[in-house]
Amino acid sequence: MRQTISLSITLALFWLANSGHYNALLLSLGALSVIFVVYLAYRMDVLDHETQPLMQLTTKLPSYYTWLIKEIILSNIKVVKHVWLGQETIKPALKTIKSNQTTDVGRVIYANSITLTPGTVAIDLNDDEILVHALMQEDIEALDEGEMDRRICRLEKS
Amino acid sequence: MDMFLAIASGICLLLGSFLILTGGIGLIRFPDFFTRMHAAGITDTLATTLILVGLMLLNPGALVVFKLVAILLLILLIGPTASHALAKAAIRSGLKPLVKELKDEEEIK
Amino acid sequence: MITAAIIAIFVVMVLSIIRAIAGPTFYDRILAVNMFGTKTVLMIALLGFAMGRPEFLDIALVYALINFISVIAVLRFSKSIGFQEPENHPEERR
Repeated sequence: MRQTISLSITLALFWLANSGHYNALLLSLGALSVIFVVYLAYRMDVLDHETQPLMQLTTKLPSYYTWLIKEIILSNIKVVKHVWLGQETIKPALKTIKSNQTTDVGRVIYANSITLTPGTVAIDLNDDEILVHALMQEDIEALDEGEMDRRICRLEKS
Repeated sequence: MDMFLAIASGICLLLGSFLILTGGIGLIRFPDFFTRMHAAGITDTLATTLILVGLMLLNPGALVVFKLVAILLLILLIGPTASHALAKAAIRSGLKPLVKELKDEEEIK
Repeated sequence: MITAAIIAIFVVMVLSIIRAIAGPTFYDRILAVNMFGTKTVLMIALLGFAMGRPEFLDIALVYALINFISVIAVLRFSKSIGFQEPENHPEERR
């Protein structure tokens, strides 16, 4: 029930922010579409605890994302350097690394962060193993040391 | 203040254009599919962010900034998902990535 | 500056079309088309600013969604993640 209410509020706010016109007709159409989408989500049975981890993740995400943005900028510079230096300088590698997260959300955040950082792409995701392809072998070794892994583990503890 | 914002947005747009060009050149230059994916990754993350932030700094209305933020978040969420799906499909279909070490290649199968 | 960014994006769109035509494998082509789509989103946003019509951003937003769905749909039709996947890979939970 809590999820249904929070989804409706989020959708309504999103609709209001995107529309910019506030007269009776358009507002009622917006309300109808919000109800329709919530009904669809209910039918598809996607309203569970995982869809919207309400408080626990939301409060901790900003500090993680500032760290991630720093990493993204650093690895962008690295990849740009290799693009201009040419393909003799790259050393692609493929390796399976372990992820220590306990929840599915944590694992998805980990795989997504790996892919979001240029230079490393998460290819396959089994139970607690992620197959990673990297442009440079050092990148995989840096991932294997597990700083990102530790940060996400800290993120999912309440 | 307006002057400062205009200069900042110009720098952001120029840097973003440079990064996008780099990504495009990487897409042409790199030797195989998996390395090309990394080149596409630069254009998806930092270049897009810089260009959209540059547009936000041009001082449009609040509604426009909100829409730009929405586009940015969508691209940042969609990009990794699409490239993950693509890479998974590629490796499932038996496309072998080019690796320098032979021992790494044995780990695939 | 907006003009410079539009030109850069235009050049990259041409480059990704070259990759889409030349690409040796099927996946290279999809990657290039996906990149073309993301660049189109940026192009629409920039053009909206250059022409003084920020309403174009709505179209960019919708285009970003359609681009993602089209890439996933094309991948679905490819051999490896076909619609029959559950039988082929029974260990895969959905």
